[in-house]
This record gives sequence, C-alpha cells and structure tokens, in this order.
Amino acid sequence: MNWLRFLRRKRSDAELQHEIETFLTEETADNEARGMSPDEARRQARVKLGNPQKVRETLWAQNSLLPLTNVGHDVKYAFRTLSRTPGFSIIAVVVMALCIGAATSLFTIVRSVLLRPLPFRDPGRLVMVYEHHRGAGANTPDFTYNPVAPADFYDWRSKTHGFEDMAIIRYAGYNLTGERGELPEAVRAAAGSWNLFQLLGVQPALGRAFTESEDRPGNTVVMLTWSVFQRRFAGDAKIVGRQIHLDGRPFTVVGVLPSWFNYPDVGIQLWVPYKADATPELLQHHDWHQSQVVARLRPDVSLASALAQVRAVQYQLHLQYPRDPVNEDVAPRSLNEDLAGNVKKPLKLMLCAVGCMLLIGFLNVSNLLVARGAARQKEVAIRSALGAQRATLIREQLTESVLICAAGSLGGILLSVLATKFLAHAWRDLPTAQSIHLDGAVIAFACVLMFAAALVAGLLPALSITGKTMLKALQTSARTGASSVSRTVLRKSLLTVEIGITVVLLVAAGLLLKSFLRLRSADVGCGTENMLTLGYSLPEKKYDTAEKVNAFNEALLEQVRAIPGVRAAALGNTLPAAGYWGDFVFMVKEHPPLKAGEDLPEGLVRWADPGYFSALGIPLVNGRFFTNDERVARSYKVIVSHQLVRQYFPGDNPIGKHLHVPAHAHAGAPGDVDYEIVGVVGDTLYQVGKEQKATMYFPILEGVTGGGNMLAVHTASDPLQFSVPVQKQIASLDPGLPVSDVRTLNQVIGESLVNASLSATLVLAFAILSLLLASVGLYGVLSYLTTQRTSELGIRMALGAQRDQLLQLMLVDGLRPALFGLGLGLVLSFAATRIFQSMLFGTKPLDPVVLSGVIATLLAVAVLACLAPAWRASRLDPAQALRTE
Amino acid sequence: MGKRGQSQSEMLKGTLDMMILRTLVGGDAHGHTIAKVIEHTSEDLLEVEQGSLYPALHRLEDRKWVSSYWGVSENNRKAKFYRLTAEGRKQLVRETSRWRQMARAIGLVMGEEGGAQ
Repeated sequence: MNWLRFLRRKRSDAELQHEIETFLTEETADNEARGMSPDEARRQARVKLGNPQKVRETLWAQNSLLPLTNVGHDVKYAFRTLSRTPGFSIIAVVVMALCIGAATSLFTIVRSVLLRPLPFRDPGRLVMVYEHHRGAGANTPDFTYNPVAPADFYDWRSKTHGFEDMAIIRYAGYNLTGERGELPEAVRAAAGSWNLFQLLGVQPALGRAFTESEDRPGNTVVMLTWSVFQRRFAGDAKIVGRQIHLDGRPFTVVGVLPSWFNYPDVGIQLWVPYKADATPELLQHHDWHQSQVVARLRPDVSLASALAQVRAVQYQLHLQYPRDPVNEDVAPRSLNEDLAGNVKKPLKLMLCAVGCMLLIGFLNVSNLLVARGAARQKEVAIRSALGAQRATLIREQLTESVLICAAGSLGGILLSVLATKFLAHAWRDLPTAQSIHLDGAVIAFACVLMFAAALVAGLLPALSITGKTMLKALQTSARTGASSVSRTVLRKSLLTVEIGITVVLLVAAGLLLKSFLRLRSADVGCGTENMLTLGYSLPEKKYDTAEKVNAFNEALLEQVRAIPGVRAAALGNTLPAAGYWGDFVFMVKEHPPLKAGEDLPEGLVRWADPGYFSALGIPLVNGRFFTNDERVARSYKVIVSHQLVRQYFPGDNPIGKHLHVPAHAHAGAPGDVDYEIVGVVGDTLYQVGKEQKATMYFPILEGVTGGGNMLAVHTASDPLQFSVPVQKQIASLDPGLPVSDVRTLNQVIGESLVNASLSATLVLAFAILSLLLASVGLYGVLSYLTTQRTSELGIRMALGAQRDQLLQLMLVDGLRPALFGLGLGLVLSFAATRIFQSMLFGTKPLDPVVLSGVIATLLAVAVLACLAPAWRASRLDPAQALRTE
Repeated sequence: MGKRGQSQSEMLKGTLDMMILRTLVGGDAHGHTIAKVIEHTSEDLLEVEQGSLYPALHRLEDRKWVSSYWGVSENNRKAKFYRLTAEGRKQLVRETSRWRQMARAIGLVMGEEGGAQ
C-alpha cells in the first residue's frame, strides 16, 4: 500500500480529470480532421472514452487503501444502524460505561496499592523483617509478624552480612509548640535509624539526613516532612538549621523530606533519630517489641540465605533469654505487601465483584445485539442472497459492537475519573491514597477491556445470525411461529448465566451487609452513648516526675467532673474500641513454672484511673476497683479482665494472686515487682470485629511519665457540646498542651468500621447494578419473544385460548431462565463465599436470612421484568395478531 | 460493463502495461497518442479502453517505470506526457521476453504459427 498515493488521491483525481479533458479535445480534433461535424466529433469522442466517472472511480479505488476504506464504510454503516435505534444504543453504551468505569477505577486503585513499586531506589531488594513466633502456619490469617525489639535489631545488624544494610523505625508522638505563640499541636512522628533514608535511597529536598553520630540518646535533631514544612512553616527554606519545640525541648531542623515521601504513612509529620528519645536501657531490651525493620538485600545474596543468618542470630537470642518474650524466628515481608496488607483482601473482593459485573455487562450487551440481530434477520438473509459475504456481515456486526464499546469506554473512563477520586477519598486504609490518579496504563487497561468486550459482545451474535444457510433464514423469517429456536436457546442461556452471576453478587453483598450490621451492633463491653473522648500527651520534660503527672491528671479529672452536665469522667492510656495499643507477657507467680516450649501468657495492657470502669460502664465481676491511694510506689496492683481469668485461671479465684510482668518498666521500682490482682472486670473489645482478648489494667496513678492519655467524659446530653468546656479546663491547667482526636466514642467505633462499611456498600452497589442489568436483560428477551410469537399467540387466541392462559404461558416462559439462573447462582455462591469467609464477622457463608432474601429479591425482580411483556401478550387483539407478520 | 467486456479487458491487462512501455520507446507521449499508436500499430485489431489506459498509466508511474510531466501537445494543448524511465526499459525487456516465450508456447500447443489472441 502506498500511503503517499493514498494521501494524494484527490490531486491525482484532479490530474486525471485534466487528462480526460485533453483526451476528449484531442479525439474531437482528430474526428473533425476526418470530416465530422463538430457536434458529431465531440459525441464520437465521448463514445470512445466511455464513462469518465468509471475511469475516475477505477483510479480512485486503485489509489485507496482498501481495508481502511472498508473500515470507514463499516463505521458509517454501523453508526447509521445504531442511530436508527437510539434506545438500544443508549442502553448498551450506558451498560458498557458503567462496567468499564467501575473496572478501571478499581484497577487504578489496585495498581497504585498493590502493583506500583514504591518510589525508592531499587525497591525490589527492600524487605521488611519481623520477628515471628513459630506455631502459626505461614499462610493462615493469624500468621504473626511481630514488631522487632531494638536490642534484637542491633544484634542482627552487627552479626549478619546478608543484607547491604538494615534500618529500624518506630512510631512516636510529640507536642509541637510554637515559638511565637502559635497554637500547640499534637503531631505524629517516626523515629528512624540514621541510615534509613540512605537505605531507602531518599534524598532530602532541603538540608541533609541524620548522621551516625546524631543517632544517640538525648540528641535533639529533627527532619520535617513536606506537609508540615508547608503547613506550619510556610515552606520557608530558612527553617533548616533553626530550632522547633517538641514537648517543650528545642530540636534543630537538619533537613526536609521530599513531597512524595509519605512512608510509612501519610500521618507522619516529623522524623527524629531512632535512639534520640529512647533511654539506653530501652535499647538494651530484647522484649520491647515496638519497631519495624526494613532491610536492603545485597545483590549477590538470596533472601533465603540472608534471612537464614538473621534467623540463626534470633534463635540464639531466644535461647539466651528464656524468661523473656523473645521470638524464636523471623519472617520477611515485601515492603509493598507490608503497606498494603490490610486492604489487599477487600480490594481483591472488589475486583471479583467488578469482574462479575463486567461479565454481566458483556452478556447483556451481547444479548441486546442478538435481539437486534433477530430484528434484522430478514435484511441479512436478503443481503446474503444478493451475494454479501459472511465475513462482511460478521465484520459489520463487530463494527457495531466496537462502536458501542468505544462510546461506552469513553464514558467509562470519564466515570472512573470521578469514581477513583471518590474511592481514594473514602477508603481510609489505602496507604498511598494521594498518589492515586489515572495514568496511561489504566487507559490501556480500559482499551484492552474494550476490545475484549467488543469481541465477545460482537462475535456471539454475529455468528448466530449468519450461521444458518440463506434459504433457512429466508424461510424462518416467514410467518412460521416457532422460528428461531436455536437463537432463543442462545439468548436464554446467556440470560441464565447472567442471572446466575447476579445471584452470586447478591449473595456476597448480602453477607457483607449482614456482617457489617453485626459489627455495627456488636457489644463493645462498655457504655458508648453520650461519651466524649479526647487525647492529650504530657511532655516528659515538663512533667518529669510521677507526682507532677498525677497532679495534672487528678486536677483535670476533678475539674472536668465539676462541669455541669458531666456525669463521670474516665482517664486511661487508651479506651475500648480505640485499637490494640500494646500487650505484655506475664507469669502467674502462684502457678508452677512453665514447661519448656510452652507459650508465655499474654494480655493487652491498659492504664486506668480509679473512676475509669464506673465512668465507662464496665462492670465489676469480682474484687474491687483501684483506689486513690494506690499511687506511685504503693500501686503494685492490677485489675484483669474476665477473659484473662477464663483463659489463665480456669476454676480458680484470681483475687490476691500475683502477676509477674517483666516488660512493665516502673519508674523507681525494684527489678522484680509482682502485681497483685485486686479485681476482675467485664470484657471490652479493643477493636470492633476482633475477638476479645485477655486484658490487664494498671493504675494510671502509678505516674507513668511520657506517653499519651485518653479522657472519656460521660455527659448528660450531646457530648460534642462539651468538647470546648473540657478543652478549656485543659488549657487552664497548661496552656501549652495540645488536645487531639476530639470525638465521641461512637465516632471512634464508626471510624474503625469505615472500611467494612465501604466494602459492604460497594459490593451492594455492584450487586444492585447487576440486578438492574439482569432485569433489563430479562425484560428484553421476553419482549422480543412476545413480538416473535405474536402470530402464534393470535392463532392460540383464535382457537380459544383464554387471556390468563396466555399470561401464564408467557410468564412461565420468561421465568424459566430466571429459575435456572437462580439455581446456578446458588451453587456458584456456595463455592464463592468460602473465599471471603474470613472477612465475615458473625455471619456464616450459608446464612439462611441472606439466601432467602436474595431468592425473594431475584424472583420479585424477575416477575416484574416478565410481567410487562406477558401482560402485553395477553392483551393482544387476535385479529391484529393474526395479520401481523 | 458486461461479462464479455470484462473478460476481454482482463485478457489485455497483462499486455497493456507492456504495450504502453513499448509505445513509449518511440518517445514521450500523452494518453491520447499512446492509445492511438497502439490501435494503429495493431492495425486497429486492439482497441484501448480509456477505462484501463489511465489507471494503467498511473500504476506504471507508481512503480517508477514511467515518469510524467505537463507539456504542450502537437495541437498546442496542455497535456500530461509520459516518459519511459531506465527502470521501465528494463521491465520492458523482461516482459517482452516473457511474452515471446508465452506466445511461442501457446503457438506450439495450438499446432500452428499464431499469437495468443
């Protein structure tokens, strides 16, 4: 093919016309020379030339790219046929747009969360290393990735050589106070070893990273993330080298991190050196499991052998400290997986739901095209009788579906831009939420989807239309009633599959919804109504003794309780449903020592003031609460939860027994302190949807310095109205102390359910959309069958069939595929729901309520969709029907 | 166009290009002259259809066997002249020898001295 020629064919045509003109004049002149009259000469010349248009056409075709021209023709033809039936076209395009929109936006999110490598240098060689407690299987959901103790880490780093380098990270929090009277602010921070940024391959945007000599206890240097640099320091580069105040202490800013850096999560505002705020004793601990380790593999060492070295070191440590909770093993996890871990499962579920919806959409468009094909059966037959080739007819059909899919995917991409924005905003757990945007790969994904869709949606009806021989087609388009049995079967089986998949989606959505409702109504174990919560953190520099801490906390509790309308106030380090926070292992002093290899008992750890339990409505099961007298050195008491008693004191009275808690660092206490159990309280959930866990409560009046506190205020009326009065009390005690997370307890619970609610809502949305699509399909098929059978119905009527008999006939005919689909769908869902069983809370995969709900909904929708065409069929005028062709 | 005409022009198709090239050996010419020369030389046995002549000329030009330019005809009219290129000359030699072989072969089969007509 000659492109140049193709592009210049207009000019070539003009030249040809000129040549023809020359020929005519020459020939006329010749003829005149032979003695003809001018008119005759001209006429003869034209006769000789023949049809000039024909010459031009031949040359034009010769200069054209044949396939391209054909495509042009096909597109034009398809466009015309589509615009002749706008209803069909619009429905088909909307169906495609919805399907492709949902698919691309989900793909965008999956890509940025699961597939896109982190922007670090050579991210494939970065790996997280956790401690691991053997016993849980590797692929079970309860596989434990235990945080790492700093002493373990320093041993790993110095004694193994498989990794290029290893760095350690831990979360921290500071009160950031202004030098020029700005509002105090509680910020989340991270502490990282000096080599972290170098290991990740991150260059600070301004200034420099930490140096090795800066990574030591008591050092005060800090790096800002881009967001706090812009927000609080107005992006002023002069901040580097200056000081900011954290917990009242001056820290020197050495650098600013680049704007894209939001590792390990977006909330981190500052970085300090790992050792800066740790005491040398803490760094020696092999049981202070608070940190995460990121390591870079050496290019010449495999992960397995690098890990084997670490494993050996860790096992030595385990043997060395048998009485401490030192894990015997380590476990690797890729950085990506580490960040995406929590959202992976819901994302995959979403992808399945979208896949189902896509399939339904394609089946639907395909079904619509078959219906159109039926209407154009005669046209196709006549055209093939006139010599049209089967390939041409199929190509035309395909062009039509490609057009529909192209329009649909254009709409779908627009839709997915909006949907992606919404999802990235609504989904709290997404680790890289702000880096999610549509990109080329996603558009390519949409295009691939589109072509797959076009092929599936176009080929099936195209083959079915053109498959029969011409004669048969011409025959069937005559007025024989039982015409296209095969096509009806095709359409009905498409419909059956479509309804089957819809049922699967409906079942999944129903189960997720029920599980979410269960979560919503789960009993947290304490009062949640009219409960205001807020957090504050006493800076260690100013509140350096237990007495100072206690003085502040008690004064605050007294003042808050005195506010009119406040019924009670509770102070603890955390509150029910607010998260895991932390755990300690312990030994019961009165019990025989553990056998070798037996797991140490462990329980969640909380601190509580004497009024904590009554204010939160946590019942006392046995013994008593703390008293105001149990403070500082006189406070070696502990209250345990009912679950702990069930688990570790079966059939035994725990009151008066002693717990030995090695990790509980107690300021000024002798090394081995045993805590006397004084009470047993009711269980609370640390997080809705998680199993309740054995819990220990220590008196907050023992005066732990540093660390955050949570205040819960039980009010008589709307709790949020009390947020300002309560904050005023805090400001009156310490104007420089920021308050964080002012919420009601119900909001705290609600936020932990945001993702469960989003999953349920999204799958439900997909299911409803699919139900809609399936009912459109059902309606379409039955309407088509009715028109096809008009003359047959007329004959039945003429022979004496009653109207309600006809109604029944058509209804049964339409409901049969729905029933088959329902059966198929139920069988499929039995298999499918097992996959996401672990996402369900308190709901079995074969929940009878959900299943019967799905069956009822589907049947109701199916009957509705069938009723209209069936009704129309029964209202036919027999005379009219008989005349209809 | 009827079936007969189509088959006739089809038979001519392979040979028309060759005859055009042969005609141009005698010098540059425009479409009308080429047609006239072919008809005269064949003693009016062959009639060149304009419907095939011009597409053939454009085709030959695309293959770079002839080149074209706008000139003035013997009757002082603007006309598009065609000229045989070196490449075209080689092609003519190839086609001529092929034609000779073919004509001889057909003649032998027909058991007489004759052409392909």
